[in-house]
Amino acid sequence: MVALTNTTGILAVAVIAGMVGALLGLGGGIIIIPALTLGFGIDIRHAIGASVVSVIATSSGAAAAYIRDRITNIRIGMFLEVATTAGAITGAWLGGLISSRLLYIVFAIVLGYSTLAMFQRRNMELPEGVVPHHLARKLRLEGSYYDQALAQQVTYTSAGVYQGFGLMYGAGVISGLLGIGNGVFKVMAMDMFMKLPMKVSTATSNFMIGVTAAASAGIYFARGDINPAIGAPVALGVVIGATLGTRLMVRLRNATLRKVFVPVLLYVSVEMLLKGLKG
Amino acid sequence: MRVVVTGSRQESAKEKASRAIAVEDFISGCLRWGVVISAAIITVGLAFLVVTGNTGYPAGFYPTSVSQVLLGVVKLKPFAVIDLGLLLLVATPMFRVAASIVAFVYDRDLPYVLITTFVLTMLILSLILGKAE
Repeated sequence: MVALTNTTGILAVAVIAGMVGALLGLGGGIIIIPALTLGFGIDIRHAIGASVVSVIATSSGAAAAYIRDRITNIRIGMFLEVATTAGAITGAWLGGLISSRLLYIVFAIVLGYSTLAMFQRRNMELPEGVVPHHLARKLRLEGSYYDQALAQQVTYTSAGVYQGFGLMYGAGVISGLLGIGNGVFKVMAMDMFMKLPMKVSTATSNFMIGVTAAASAGIYFARGDINPAIGAPVALGVVIGATLGTRLMVRLRNATLRKVFVPVLLYVSVEMLLKGLKG
Repeated sequence: MRVVVTGSRQESAKEKASRAIAVEDFISGCLRWGVVISAAIITVGLAFLVVTGNTGYPAGFYPTSVSQVLLGVVKLKPFAVIDLGLLLLVATPMFRVAASIVAFVYDRDLPYVLITTFVLTMLILSLILGKAE
Protein backbone atom coordinates (compact mmCIF):
# COMPACT_ATOMS: atom_id res chain seq x y z
CA MET A 1 0.00 0.00 0.00
CA VAL A 2 1.33 3.39 -0.91
CA ALA A 3 1.00 6.26 1.52
CA LEU A 4 -0.91 9.22 0.15
CA THR A 5 1.98 11.53 0.99
CA ASN A 6 3.90 9.77 -1.75
CA THR A 7 1.29 10.66 -4.35
CA THR A 8 2.66 14.16 -4.98
CA GLY A 9 6.21 12.82 -5.21
CA ILE A 10 5.22 10.17 -7.75
CA LEU A 11 3.28 12.81 -9.67
CA ALA A 12 6.40 15.00 -9.89
CA VAL A 13 8.56 12.10 -11.12
CA ALA A 14 5.88 11.25 -13.69
CA VAL A 15 5.86 14.82 -15.02
CA ILE A 16 9.60 14.52 -15.75
CA ALA A 17 9.20 11.04 -17.27
CA GLY A 18 6.38 12.29 -19.51
CA MET A 19 8.44 15.24 -20.65
CA VAL A 20 11.55 13.20 -21.49
CA GLY A 21 9.39 10.53 -23.14
CA ALA A 22 7.61 13.06 -25.34
CA LEU A 23 10.91 14.68 -26.35
CA LEU A 24 12.74 11.48 -27.24
CA GLY A 25 10.00 9.11 -28.39
CA LEU A 26 10.40 6.79 -25.41
CA GLY A 27 7.86 5.58 -22.88
CA GLY A 28 9.52 7.03 -19.81
CA GLY A 29 10.08 3.58 -18.28
CA ILE A 30 13.80 4.29 -17.96
CA ILE A 31 12.88 7.06 -15.52
CA ILE A 32 9.75 5.65 -13.86
CA ILE A 33 11.12 2.21 -12.96
CA PRO A 34 14.33 3.30 -11.19
CA ALA A 35 12.59 6.29 -9.55
CA LEU A 36 9.76 4.19 -8.12
CA THR A 37 11.93 1.29 -6.96
CA LEU A 38 14.88 3.29 -5.59
CA GLY A 39 13.13 6.53 -4.60
CA PHE A 40 9.84 5.24 -3.25
CA GLY A 41 10.68 1.66 -2.31
CA ILE A 42 7.99 0.25 -4.60
CA ASP A 43 8.60 -3.35 -5.67
CA ILE A 44 9.69 -4.01 -9.25
CA ARG A 45 6.41 -5.72 -10.24
CA HIS A 46 4.32 -2.63 -9.46
CA ALA A 47 6.99 -0.35 -10.93
CA ILE A 48 6.79 -2.23 -14.24
CA GLY A 49 2.98 -2.04 -14.12
CA ALA A 50 3.27 1.72 -13.60
CA SER A 51 5.71 2.01 -16.49
CA VAL A 52 3.17 0.34 -18.81
CA VAL A 53 0.68 3.04 -17.80
CA SER A 54 3.41 5.63 -18.38
CA VAL A 55 4.19 4.38 -21.90
CA ILE A 56 0.55 4.51 -22.94
CA ALA A 57 -0.05 7.95 -21.39
CA THR A 58 3.09 9.39 -23.03
CA SER A 59 2.22 7.87 -26.37
CA SER A 60 -1.39 9.02 -26.56
CA GLY A 61 -0.73 12.41 -24.99
CA ALA A 62 2.28 13.27 -27.14
CA ALA A 63 1.02 11.71 -30.38
CA ALA A 64 -2.21 13.73 -30.33
CA ALA A 65 -0.14 16.94 -30.39
CA TYR A 66 2.50 15.72 -32.86
CA ILE A 67 -0.08 14.50 -35.37
CA ARG A 68 -1.81 17.87 -35.21
CA ASP A 69 1.56 19.56 -35.86
CA ARG A 70 2.10 17.13 -38.82
CA ILE A 71 5.39 15.89 -37.32
CA THR A 72 4.18 12.31 -36.82
CA ASN A 73 4.08 10.28 -40.01
CA ILE A 74 1.01 8.12 -39.49
CA ARG A 75 1.69 5.93 -42.52
CA ILE A 76 5.28 5.19 -41.54
CA GLY A 77 4.02 4.41 -38.02
CA MET A 78 1.28 2.05 -39.18
CA PHE A 79 3.60 0.35 -41.69
CA LEU A 80 6.26 -0.31 -39.03
CA GLU A 81 3.64 -1.50 -36.52
CA VAL A 82 3.18 -4.50 -38.83
CA ALA A 83 6.76 -5.45 -37.97
CA THR A 84 6.58 -4.69 -34.23
CA THR A 85 3.28 -6.47 -33.58
CA ALA A 86 4.30 -9.51 -35.65
CA GLY A 87 7.66 -9.49 -33.87
CA ALA A 88 6.05 -9.30 -30.43
CA ILE A 89 3.97 -12.38 -31.18
CA THR A 90 7.02 -14.23 -32.51
CA GLY A 91 8.87 -13.28 -29.33
CA ALA A 92 6.07 -14.57 -27.14
CA TRP A 93 6.09 -17.83 -29.10
CA LEU A 94 9.86 -18.25 -28.93
CA GLY A 95 9.63 -17.84 -25.17
CA GLY A 96 11.90 -20.43 -23.60
CA LEU A 97 13.67 -21.39 -26.82
CA ILE A 98 16.21 -18.59 -26.86
CA SER A 99 18.56 -17.51 -24.11
CA SER A 100 17.52 -14.02 -23.04
CA ARG A 101 21.07 -13.36 -21.83
CA LEU A 102 22.39 -13.86 -25.35
CA LEU A 103 19.70 -11.52 -26.72
CA TYR A 104 20.56 -8.85 -24.18
CA ILE A 105 24.20 -9.01 -25.26
CA VAL A 106 23.38 -8.97 -28.98
CA PHE A 107 21.08 -5.98 -28.64
CA ALA A 108 23.48 -4.20 -26.30
CA ILE A 109 26.08 -4.42 -29.09
CA VAL A 110 23.57 -3.16 -31.68
CA LEU A 111 22.69 -0.24 -29.42
CA GLY A 112 26.33 0.43 -28.59
CA TYR A 113 27.11 0.69 -32.29
CA SER A 114 24.08 2.96 -32.76
CA THR A 115 25.29 5.19 -29.95
CA LEU A 116 28.59 5.68 -31.74
CA ALA A 117 26.86 6.32 -35.06
CA MET A 118 24.55 8.88 -33.54
CA PHE A 119 27.40 10.55 -31.69
CA GLN A 120 29.20 11.02 -35.02
CA ARG A 121 26.11 12.62 -36.48
CA ARG A 122 25.34 14.70 -33.38
CA ASN A 123 25.60 18.00 -35.27
CA MET A 124 23.55 16.93 -38.26
CA GLU A 125 20.37 18.96 -38.46
CA LEU A 126 18.57 17.26 -41.35
CA PRO A 127 19.48 14.13 -43.32
CA GLU A 128 21.07 14.98 -46.65
CA GLY A 129 21.24 13.16 -49.96
CA VAL A 130 18.62 10.57 -49.01
CA VAL A 131 17.98 8.18 -51.88
CA PRO A 132 14.33 7.19 -51.59
CA HIS A 133 13.61 3.49 -51.31
CA HIS A 134 11.31 2.16 -54.05
CA LEU A 135 8.66 1.38 -51.45
CA ALA A 136 8.81 4.92 -50.06
CA ARG A 137 6.80 6.30 -52.95
CA LYS A 138 4.50 3.31 -53.31
CA LEU A 139 3.50 3.24 -49.64
CA ARG A 140 3.70 7.01 -49.14
CA LEU A 141 6.47 6.71 -46.54
CA GLU A 142 7.30 10.36 -47.06
CA GLY A 143 5.98 13.71 -46.03
CA SER A 144 6.70 17.22 -44.88
CA TYR A 145 6.26 19.32 -41.76
CA TYR A 146 6.84 22.92 -40.76
CA ASP A 147 9.91 23.15 -38.53
CA GLN A 148 9.47 25.97 -36.01
CA ALA A 149 13.13 25.98 -34.98
CA LEU A 150 14.35 26.23 -38.57
CA ALA A 151 11.41 28.37 -39.69
CA GLN A 152 11.04 26.33 -42.86
CA GLN A 153 9.00 23.53 -44.39
CA VAL A 154 10.98 20.27 -44.22
CA THR A 155 10.27 17.64 -46.87
CA TYR A 156 11.58 14.12 -46.32
CA THR A 157 11.44 10.60 -47.71
CA SER A 158 12.51 7.13 -46.47
CA ALA A 159 15.70 5.27 -47.36
CA GLY A 160 16.49 1.74 -46.08
CA VAL A 161 12.87 0.59 -45.65
CA TYR A 162 13.82 -3.12 -45.46
CA GLN A 163 16.50 -2.53 -42.83
CA GLY A 164 14.18 -0.32 -40.80
CA PHE A 165 11.40 -2.88 -41.04
CA GLY A 166 13.82 -5.66 -40.06
CA LEU A 167 15.10 -3.81 -37.01
CA MET A 168 11.50 -3.09 -35.99
CA TYR A 169 10.69 -6.78 -36.25
CA GLY A 170 13.72 -7.53 -34.06
CA ALA A 171 12.61 -4.87 -31.60
CA GLY A 172 9.18 -6.50 -31.50
CA VAL A 173 10.70 -9.94 -30.88
CA ILE A 174 12.82 -8.76 -27.95
CA SER A 175 9.91 -6.82 -26.49
CA GLY A 176 7.84 -10.01 -26.66
CA LEU A 177 10.67 -11.98 -25.06
CA LEU A 178 12.15 -9.55 -22.60
CA GLY A 179 9.27 -7.16 -22.02
CA ILE A 180 11.38 -4.04 -22.33
CA GLY A 181 10.09 -0.81 -23.80
CA ASN A 182 11.56 -0.44 -27.22
CA GLY A 183 11.15 3.24 -28.02
CA VAL A 184 14.93 3.42 -28.32
CA PHE A 185 14.98 0.80 -31.10
CA LYS A 186 12.11 2.46 -32.91
CA VAL A 187 13.88 5.83 -32.98
CA MET A 188 17.12 4.13 -34.10
CA ALA A 189 15.46 2.26 -36.95
CA MET A 190 13.86 5.41 -38.31
CA ASP A 191 16.86 7.65 -37.76
CA MET A 192 19.72 5.38 -38.84
CA PHE A 193 18.21 3.25 -41.58
CA MET A 194 15.24 5.15 -42.92
CA LYS A 195 17.07 8.47 -42.57
CA LEU A 196 14.06 10.46 -41.41
CA PRO A 197 14.51 13.82 -39.67
CA MET A 198 15.08 13.28 -35.93
CA LYS A 199 11.82 14.99 -34.97
CA VAL A 200 9.82 12.77 -37.31
CA SER A 201 11.57 9.70 -35.84
CA THR A 202 10.83 10.56 -32.19
CA ALA A 203 7.27 11.72 -32.88
CA THR A 204 6.46 8.62 -34.93
CA SER A 205 8.04 6.41 -32.26
CA ASN A 206 5.79 8.12 -29.70
CA PHE A 207 2.81 7.31 -31.87
CA MET A 208 3.77 3.61 -32.03
CA ILE A 209 4.87 2.72 -28.49
CA GLY A 210 1.37 2.98 -27.00
CA VAL A 211 0.02 0.26 -29.27
CA THR A 212 2.65 -2.30 -28.26
CA ALA A 213 2.20 -1.46 -24.58
CA ALA A 214 -1.61 -1.56 -24.76
CA ALA A 215 -1.50 -5.10 -26.13
CA SER A 216 0.19 -6.28 -22.94
CA ALA A 217 -1.47 -3.94 -20.44
CA GLY A 218 -4.44 -6.25 -19.97
CA ILE A 219 -2.19 -8.98 -18.59
CA TYR A 220 -0.50 -6.62 -16.14
CA PHE A 221 -3.90 -5.38 -14.99
CA ALA A 222 -5.31 -8.89 -14.50
CA ARG A 223 -2.17 -9.94 -12.60
CA GLY A 224 -2.64 -7.02 -10.23
CA ASP A 225 0.58 -5.29 -11.28
CA ILE A 226 -1.22 -2.01 -11.92
CA ASN A 227 -1.91 -0.55 -8.49
CA PRO A 228 -4.41 2.35 -8.77
CA ALA A 229 -2.67 4.26 -5.96
CA ILE A 230 0.50 4.34 -8.10
CA GLY A 231 -1.16 4.31 -11.53
CA ALA A 232 -3.27 7.43 -10.89
CA PRO A 233 -0.43 9.88 -10.12
CA VAL A 234 1.74 8.29 -12.83
CA ALA A 235 -0.95 8.66 -15.50
CA LEU A 236 -1.82 12.24 -14.55
CA GLY A 237 1.80 13.35 -14.16
CA VAL A 238 2.85 11.79 -17.46
CA VAL A 239 -0.02 13.43 -19.35
CA ILE A 240 1.02 16.84 -17.95
CA GLY A 241 4.70 16.17 -18.69
CA ALA A 242 4.04 14.89 -22.20
CA THR A 243 2.00 18.00 -23.00
CA LEU A 244 4.86 20.21 -21.83
CA GLY A 245 7.35 18.04 -23.72
CA THR A 246 5.54 18.42 -27.04
CA ARG A 247 5.52 22.23 -26.65
CA LEU A 248 9.27 22.16 -26.02
CA MET A 249 10.20 19.66 -28.73
CA VAL A 250 8.76 21.64 -31.66
CA ARG A 251 11.01 24.57 -30.68
CA LEU A 252 14.21 22.50 -30.42
CA ARG A 253 16.60 21.81 -33.26
CA ASN A 254 16.98 18.26 -34.53
CA ALA A 255 20.67 18.37 -33.61
CA THR A 256 19.80 19.26 -29.99
CA LEU A 257 17.45 16.26 -29.77
CA ARG A 258 20.26 14.02 -31.02
CA LYS A 259 22.62 15.33 -28.36
CA VAL A 260 20.06 14.56 -25.65
CA PHE A 261 19.44 11.13 -27.16
CA VAL A 262 23.09 9.97 -27.21
CA PRO A 263 23.56 9.65 -23.39
CA VAL A 264 20.18 7.89 -23.09
CA LEU A 265 21.27 5.39 -25.75
CA LEU A 266 24.56 4.83 -23.98
CA TYR A 267 22.78 4.25 -20.66
CA VAL A 268 20.33 1.72 -22.13
CA SER A 269 23.05 -0.20 -23.98
CA VAL A 270 25.27 -0.43 -20.90
CA GLU A 271 22.30 -1.56 -18.80
CA MET A 272 21.42 -4.25 -21.34
CA LEU A 273 25.02 -5.43 -21.50
CA LEU A 274 25.17 -5.72 -17.70
CA LYS A 275 21.90 -7.68 -17.66
CA GLY A 276 23.29 -10.01 -20.31
CA LEU A 277 26.56 -10.57 -18.48
CA LYS A 278 25.08 -10.99 -15.00
CA GLY A 279 22.16 -13.09 -16.24
CA MET B 1 -16.49 4.04 -49.18
CA ARG B 2 -16.32 4.34 -52.95
CA VAL B 3 -17.82 7.50 -54.24
CA VAL B 4 -19.31 7.04 -57.67
CA VAL B 5 -18.76 10.09 -59.78
CA THR B 6 -20.81 10.51 -62.92
CA GLY B 7 -18.70 11.56 -65.85
CA SER B 8 -14.93 11.39 -65.80
CA ARG B 9 -13.86 13.81 -63.15
CA GLN B 10 -10.25 13.63 -62.07
CA GLU B 11 -9.81 14.17 -58.36
CA SER B 12 -7.81 17.32 -57.76
CA ALA B 13 -4.63 17.20 -55.71
CA LYS B 14 -6.17 19.72 -53.36
CA GLU B 15 -9.10 17.46 -52.53
CA LYS B 16 -6.73 14.58 -51.94
CA ALA B 17 -4.59 16.65 -49.58
CA SER B 18 -7.55 17.94 -47.58
CA ARG B 19 -8.80 14.36 -47.17
CA ALA B 20 -5.39 13.26 -45.87
CA ILE B 21 -5.47 16.12 -43.36
CA ALA B 22 -8.98 15.10 -42.27
CA VAL B 23 -7.65 11.59 -41.59
CA GLU B 24 -4.82 12.93 -39.43
CA ASP B 25 -7.11 15.26 -37.50
CA PHE B 26 -9.54 12.40 -36.87
CA ILE B 27 -6.80 10.11 -35.47
CA SER B 28 -5.32 12.95 -33.43
CA GLY B 29 -8.79 13.74 -32.06
CA CYS B 30 -9.38 10.10 -31.04
CA LEU B 31 -6.16 10.12 -29.03
CA ARG B 32 -6.80 13.52 -27.48
CA TRP B 33 -10.32 12.67 -26.33
CA GLY B 34 -9.19 9.30 -25.01
CA VAL B 35 -6.52 11.01 -22.90
CA VAL B 36 -8.75 13.89 -21.72
CA ILE B 37 -11.66 11.65 -20.68
CA SER B 38 -9.49 9.09 -18.90
CA ALA B 39 -7.41 11.77 -17.15
CA ALA B 40 -10.62 13.47 -15.95
CA ILE B 41 -11.96 10.19 -14.52
CA ILE B 42 -8.62 9.40 -12.83
CA THR B 43 -8.57 12.90 -11.30
CA VAL B 44 -12.08 12.43 -9.89
CA GLY B 45 -11.10 9.03 -8.46
CA LEU B 46 -7.91 10.41 -6.93
CA ALA B 47 -9.83 13.36 -5.43
CA PHE B 48 -12.35 10.90 -3.90
CA LEU B 49 -9.45 8.92 -2.46
CA VAL B 50 -7.76 11.97 -0.94
CA VAL B 51 -11.00 13.46 0.45
CA THR B 52 -12.46 10.26 1.91
CA GLY B 53 -9.11 8.67 2.78
CA ASN B 54 -10.71 5.35 1.90
CA THR B 55 -9.94 3.20 -1.15
CA GLY B 56 -13.34 1.50 -0.99
CA TYR B 57 -11.65 -1.89 -0.52
CA PRO B 58 -9.93 -3.76 2.31
CA ALA B 59 -6.28 -2.73 2.77
CA GLY B 60 -3.98 -4.06 0.06
CA PHE B 61 -6.85 -5.03 -2.25
CA TYR B 62 -7.78 -3.47 -5.57
CA PRO B 63 -9.90 -4.62 -8.50
CA THR B 64 -8.16 -6.69 -11.18
CA SER B 65 -10.99 -7.39 -13.60
CA VAL B 66 -13.32 -5.25 -15.67
CA SER B 67 -16.41 -6.57 -13.84
CA GLN B 68 -14.90 -5.80 -10.43
CA VAL B 69 -14.10 -2.29 -11.63
CA LEU B 70 -17.60 -1.67 -12.97
CA LEU B 71 -19.25 -3.03 -9.79
CA GLY B 72 -17.02 -0.74 -7.73
CA VAL B 73 -17.74 2.29 -9.93
CA VAL B 74 -21.48 1.85 -9.34
CA LYS B 75 -20.76 2.07 -5.59
CA LEU B 76 -18.41 5.05 -6.23
CA LYS B 77 -15.40 3.30 -4.73
CA PRO B 78 -12.33 5.56 -5.31
CA PHE B 79 -10.00 2.78 -6.50
CA ALA B 80 -12.63 1.52 -8.94
CA VAL B 81 -13.10 5.01 -10.41
CA ILE B 82 -9.31 5.37 -10.86
CA ASP B 83 -9.15 1.94 -12.50
CA LEU B 84 -11.95 2.86 -14.89
CA GLY B 85 -9.86 5.83 -16.02
CA LEU B 86 -6.73 3.67 -16.33
CA LEU B 87 -8.62 1.06 -18.38
CA LEU B 88 -9.91 3.76 -20.74
CA LEU B 89 -6.38 5.09 -21.07
CA VAL B 90 -5.11 1.62 -21.97
CA ALA B 91 -7.92 1.16 -24.48
CA THR B 92 -7.12 4.45 -26.26
CA PRO B 93 -4.26 3.18 -28.52
CA MET B 94 -6.29 0.09 -29.47
CA PHE B 95 -9.23 2.30 -30.31
CA ARG B 96 -6.89 4.51 -32.34
CA VAL B 97 -5.85 1.55 -34.52
CA ALA B 98 -9.47 0.55 -35.10
CA ALA B 99 -10.42 4.16 -35.92
CA SER B 100 -7.48 4.37 -38.37
CA ILE B 101 -9.02 1.59 -40.46
CA VAL B 102 -12.16 3.70 -40.87
CA ALA B 103 -10.03 6.75 -41.68
CA PHE B 104 -8.00 4.94 -44.36
CA VAL B 105 -11.21 3.61 -45.94
CA TYR B 106 -12.40 7.21 -46.11
CA ASP B 107 -9.06 8.16 -47.69
CA ARG B 108 -9.54 5.30 -50.24
CA ASP B 109 -6.09 3.98 -49.37
CA LEU B 110 -6.41 0.22 -49.79
CA PRO B 111 -2.79 -0.72 -48.88
CA TYR B 112 -3.18 1.04 -45.53
CA VAL B 113 -6.63 -0.39 -44.88
CA LEU B 114 -4.97 -3.82 -45.19
CA ILE B 115 -1.87 -2.85 -43.18
CA THR B 116 -3.96 -1.43 -40.33
CA THR B 117 -6.33 -4.40 -40.33
CA PHE B 118 -3.31 -6.69 -40.04
CA VAL B 119 -1.99 -4.67 -37.07
CA LEU B 120 -5.38 -4.80 -35.33
CA THR B 121 -5.56 -8.58 -35.91
CA MET B 122 -2.09 -8.98 -34.39
CA LEU B 123 -3.10 -6.89 -31.38
CA ILE B 124 -6.24 -8.93 -30.77
CA LEU B 125 -4.23 -12.11 -31.23
CA SER B 126 -1.64 -10.98 -28.68
CA LEU B 127 -4.40 -10.07 -26.24
CA ILE B 128 -5.77 -13.60 -26.63
CA LEU B 129 -2.35 -15.21 -26.40
CA GLY B 130 -1.85 -12.95 -23.43
CA LYS B 131 1.88 -12.71 -23.63
CA ALA B 132 2.87 -10.14 -26.21
CA GLU B 133 5.32 -7.36 -25.28
